[in-house]
Amino acid sequence: MDFLIEAFKQAFFLIVNLDRELLEIILLSLKVSLSALLLASVLGVPFGAFLGMKDFTGRSLIIIFLNTGMGLPPVVVGLFLYMLFSRSGPLGFLNLLYTPTAMVIAQFILALPIVASISQASVRKVSPIIKLTAKTLGATPFQIALTLIKEARYGIFTGILGGLGRVMAEVGAILIVGGNIAGYTRVMTTTIALETDKGNFELALALGIILLSISFLINLLLYYIQKKEIRTNL
Amino acid sequence: MSLKLVISNLWKGYRDKTVLKDLSYVFDEKKVYVVMGPNGSGKTTFLKICALLETPDKGEVHYYNSTNKILPKDINLLRKITYVFPEVGIFNTSVFDNVAYGLKIRGFNKKEINSKVEEVLDFVGLSHKKKQNALTLSSGEAKRMGLARAMVIKPEFLFLDEPTAFVDAENVKLIERLLIQIKEQKTTTIVIATHDSPFAFTVGDEILKLENGKILG
Ligand SMILES: Nc1ncnc2c1ncn2[C@@H]1O[C@H](COP(=O)(O)OP(=O)(O)OP(=O)(O)O)[C@@H](O)[C@H]1O
Ligand SMILES: [Mg+2]
Repeated sequence: MDFLIEAFKQAFFLIVNLDRELLEIILLSLKVSLSALLLASVLGVPFGAFLGMKDFTGRSLIIIFLNTGMGLPPVVVGLFLYMLFSRSGPLGFLNLLYTPTAMVIAQFILALPIVASISQASVRKVSPIIKLTAKTLGATPFQIALTLIKEARYGIFTGILGGLGRVMAEVGAILIVGGNIAGYTRVMTTTIALETDKGNFELALALGIILLSISFLINLLLYYIQKKEIRTNL
Repeated sequence: MSLKLVISNLWKGYRDKTVLKDLSYVFDEKKVYVVMGPNGSGKTTFLKICALLETPDKGEVHYYNSTNKILPKDINLLRKITYVFPEVGIFNTSVFDNVAYGLKIRGFNKKEINSKVEEVLDFVGLSHKKKQNALTLSSGEAKRMGLARAMVIKPEFLFLDEPTAFVDAENVKLIERLLIQIKEQKTTTIVIATHDSPFAFTVGDEILKLENGKILG
């Protein structure tokens, strides 16, 4: 019991004093996850919107693949990328294994299906009369697409935040491709895994508390967005 | 520039029934044409084909310019025509931004947009609602917003499908006054589908009766 209390004390001490190591780990975590999310959004939102607007053969299949991707186990993504990037792998010459870049790629793969699939569903949900209205007011096909994305904005934000929640929390993929190298590829979740293993609970706990707080903030934002959507769609 | 719409030998049907049968008509003046007919007679179908929102099975729909040349059905032509649905499509944003939509996509600058939107909102009596989310408007207000949003782009052809549906007597009077004012400017050909006879006779210059897929009188 005592050691628990002591660990919490130490953890708060680390947080309150903005411990350098702690700070570096947090910053790298945010950098990796936000970069991955940015890439996933830049690609996933237009792709999802396209799927939501167009009907073509194979569309349902793509959506089923995306939905499968939403539940992709991070370790499997890690394994797959490890095989690609390892010295003898087909992309080994890029020397990406155990770099932050590899971690960004891994998290990008994890976030993309969520962002794309939820964007697709949100754009699909926009009433057909909106599209017709844009058209009758003189919008070009591109302007119509932008209008539909704008109408679906709350749903799309929900998808992006869902993606962020997933990549911030995952450990399997980045542990395998990042390698948890101190000062280079150590992020919050991998540090927690490693330090717990070593019995160093203070740092692990401090990071756990921060991770939870970030998750809380994401959910606070989600709640706010959903409330706003309900209010304006009465 | 003044546009003329020529409809010739138009046929349109859906699986089990023919709605429009060899219909021909010319809209060549800046006045109010009112298409009347019972439910299901094809008024909406006819208006949508005229507004290039649907294609006929057979026959021709052509817009001519003042030198009598057929205009290609491209974005330039589409931007001279607009159509207001019975249930006004509302973007999830303010009344102001809804009305500004057509101007924004045409690349007007902020200042022009501001003055045009303020003017038209004043015209339809919605100035005090400009910051309100348009989804929260009453259906009568939404109708007026739809009219304002269509008018602000100064179309050559304005198609209005059931502009008085869901509107109370007082607001019908208001819409009548607005339409008569637009009509007096002689810049727009207005085509209305309705089965509200008093309204039709108040605003209409021509009454087109749609019966058995054809226009009578
Ligand atoms: N997309 C469609 N598919 C099948 N039938 C259709 C379609 N659109 C219209 N119809 C049919 O065509 C006929 C004419 O419809 P339309 O909407 O043009 O009538 P309307 O005169 O506008 O009627 P109302 O006064 O009720 O608005 C109706 O019988 C309708 O059911
Ligand atoms: Mg109709």
